[in-house]
Amino acid sequence: MRLTLAALAGLAWRNLWRNHRRTLIMLLAIAVGVWAMIFMGALMRGMTDEMVRNGLRTLPGEVQIHHRDYRRDPSVVNSMAPPAPALLRELGRAPVAAWAGRVRVPAVIASERENRGVTLLGVDPAAEQALGALPEAVEGRFLRDGDDRGLVIGAALARRLETGLGKRVVIMSQDPQNEVAERGARVVGIYRARLEETEERFVYAGRAALQQMLAIGDGLSEIAVTADDYRRVDEWYPRIAAAAGEGLEVLPWTALDPFLASMLAVQDGFSLVFMVVVFLALSFGLVNTLAMAVFERVREIGLMQALGMRPALILGQTLVESFYLLCLGLLAGNLLAVLSILPLEDGIDISGVAQGMAMMGMGNTLYPALSGRDMAMSTVVVVVLGLLASLLPAWRAARLDPVRALNTT
Amino acid sequence: VSVTWLLAWRNLWRHRRRTWLTVAAMVFCNILLVFLISLQLGSYEMMIDNTLAVYTGHLQVQHRDYLQEQRMRQTVPGAAALAARLRRELGIATVAARGEAFALASSEERSFGIRLSGVETGFEPGVSTLPGLLREGRYLRDGKVAEIVIGSVLAENLKVAPGDELTFLGSGRDGSFAAGVATVVGIVHSGMAEVDSAMAQVPLGWFQEVFAMGDHGHAVVARLPSLEQVPAAVARVAALLGPLAGKGEEGGELVVLDWQALEPGLRQAITSDMASAWFTYAVLIVLVAFSVLNTQLMSVLERTREFGVMLALGLRPGRLARLVGMETALMAGLGLALGVLLGALLTWHLSRTGITYPGMAEMAARFNMPERMYPQVSPVSLLWGPLTVCLGALLAAVYPALRLFRLQPVAAMRAI
Repeated sequence: MRLTLAALAGLAWRNLWRNHRRTLIMLLAIAVGVWAMIFMGALMRGMTDEMVRNGLRTLPGEVQIHHRDYRRDPSVVNSMAPPAPALLRELGRAPVAAWAGRVRVPAVIASERENRGVTLLGVDPAAEQALGALPEAVEGRFLRDGDDRGLVIGAALARRLETGLGKRVVIMSQDPQNEVAERGARVVGIYRARLEETEERFVYAGRAALQQMLAIGDGLSEIAVTADDYRRVDEWYPRIAAAAGEGLEVLPWTALDPFLASMLAVQDGFSLVFMVVVFLALSFGLVNTLAMAVFERVREIGLMQALGMRPALILGQTLVESFYLLCLGLLAGNLLAVLSILPLEDGIDISGVAQGMAMMGMGNTLYPALSGRDMAMSTVVVVVLGLLASLLPAWRAARLDPVRALNTT
Repeated sequence: VSVTWLLAWRNLWRHRRRTWLTVAAMVFCNILLVFLISLQLGSYEMMIDNTLAVYTGHLQVQHRDYLQEQRMRQTVPGAAALAARLRRELGIATVAARGEAFALASSEERSFGIRLSGVETGFEPGVSTLPGLLREGRYLRDGKVAEIVIGSVLAENLKVAPGDELTFLGSGRDGSFAAGVATVVGIVHSGMAEVDSAMAQVPLGWFQEVFAMGDHGHAVVARLPSLEQVPAAVARVAALLGPLAGKGEEGGELVVLDWQALEPGLRQAITSDMASAWFTYAVLIVLVAFSVLNTQLMSVLERTREFGVMLALGLRPGRLARLVGMETALMAGLGLALGVLLGALLTWHLSRTGITYPGMAEMAARFNMPERMYPQVSPVSLLWGPLTVCLGALLAAVYPALRLFRLQPVAAMRAI
């Protein structure tokens, strides 16, 4: 008699439901475990994504080009000329989606009452728009073009300076000769950012207007470059670096902001550790359930062996039973995860702990990111480790001595 | 009673392997909880201490709107005198007055907008660790001398070394133009980018002169021997400030702020971290409870005949339910004891060697934590997790125990 695979599968399925209460409890446990794995993964991924997005917006760009000494000494002295033809050609080629040259200098901004140290950004609005680095919400208007002589400041800064739309402020910085360069300007727009720190730090001015004030001709402080996928920056930034030549420093965001890079790098690791830990807590119950199932059927297994069923098939049958259990649990857990995460994808309000999250570069809302990667990872963890754990009881079942097994009460 | 306990104990070992597996689930969960909670509590305390020690202190007296708006004219009148009074009243030396102003600082080659702190040079080292982190030169001397200590990155950006001069342009308390020149005497290197690129301290006397502050400051900072003393000290200082409110309009505007108000991000970072930790713990505990539920349900179901006989002999179902409860309690107790023991050993070992993981260094730099973490063993961290697991296990036994009340003796005795 040859027991076909189909018969084996059918047998295992029926065995599973002989004690439906026990099976259901175990299923529930697996489902809760799988749900927790995916749910936690989605929260962590949502957090990392948000941190990286915020970080890249603030930088901005996935790659930045500076004068070789600028990052050590962020002064107007270390400006660079606009991109040379070779670099320009490389910046126009895919996968580069957009780039913008900006003037970025430390400055002091003063209203009639208060003053603050800020980072003054001279931007070309059209290029920044393409880069996706413009502030999202602006009250009043943003700068029209590079010649715009107005200023756009953050809402938090406006509060601290006790100034507002249409009011005049003075900006002070230094020109290359270290003479104080200053100019009065009107606040034409007030922007809001996800992080208050950003609002306080960055002030936008027209690029040409700022270059004129600082007397640096068409010099730039940094060129920000963006492409479609920040994860793949290593593939293309070396070409830009080669084209930029000796005097310039070309760095990807992973080098510009190591905190972000490391968060992204350890995220998958953390998810995996969490999943394995949850599974381990689960595995005791799984092994116990299977061991019980085998124990109840010692006589039956003995009989099957006496009738000529090979140990390998008994092992296989127990494993298939465990496989069903795991698959059903996975199905339920994934379903539960999808159902619980989808309604939350519009964002969870975490403004109650906003200042704490801001320390990590997070905004007021956490967007859980349901990802196929987490679902696949949890499936692999549960199935592989689950079958491994089931080997123990299955092995014991297969090694039963038929005569003794038949004689147990 | 002792007979029932003995019976429960024996029943447990009718299925050795099953019992051990269930106990192992609890022990695993307990070890994990002991370790994680110890780590958590240890790192929170360290995070709070390290952050507050840098500059903020445990409590500050400020103008009531200064924290939110940080305007020059929101001052504390007679700041140094108030600091002296608090030192006397609180009986500690670690109280100091400060003034703060934004100014454009220019060296010969560079200009930067910075936040300048006027400090009581004699007392500042008691409330902040920064004066102790000098890399070059010396800390400020007394009084109205035109000297400044700055952060290492700022010094690099301004291209100055001890002995060089810095010029300041800003506005005074009354909105007037303020300007001054000070000599760099020391450079501080803390390793925290935020501090090294922004810190600039001058003597309070000179600060008050340059920024037309009179005897005003912006904050009186106190550092206490431990976190637990903060609430009492806050109440004490608030009581001291009370009479000031009556004497003049300006004095009435002062408030005492504790560290949670001064650094709201700190408490919230801890809260959000706790939330995700709770989630993990809850999942673990629920999974272990399921495991116990399954075991106890099995052990009840397989004894249906036995229980039927006992019921027929006149035993009340409540007594049987108690028996199942006792079995669970014994099992949970075993899990608790082993879990606490092994968890304590592991944690104690790690509290000596410390642990670190990839990404830890970057995380630590952001949250003012050292690069190795040392879990902290305490009764709370040792017992909290295991006791909750124990409770979860007992709750899980309720369903199997309740089934006993539905048992009909005759039908039960016939069950297979």
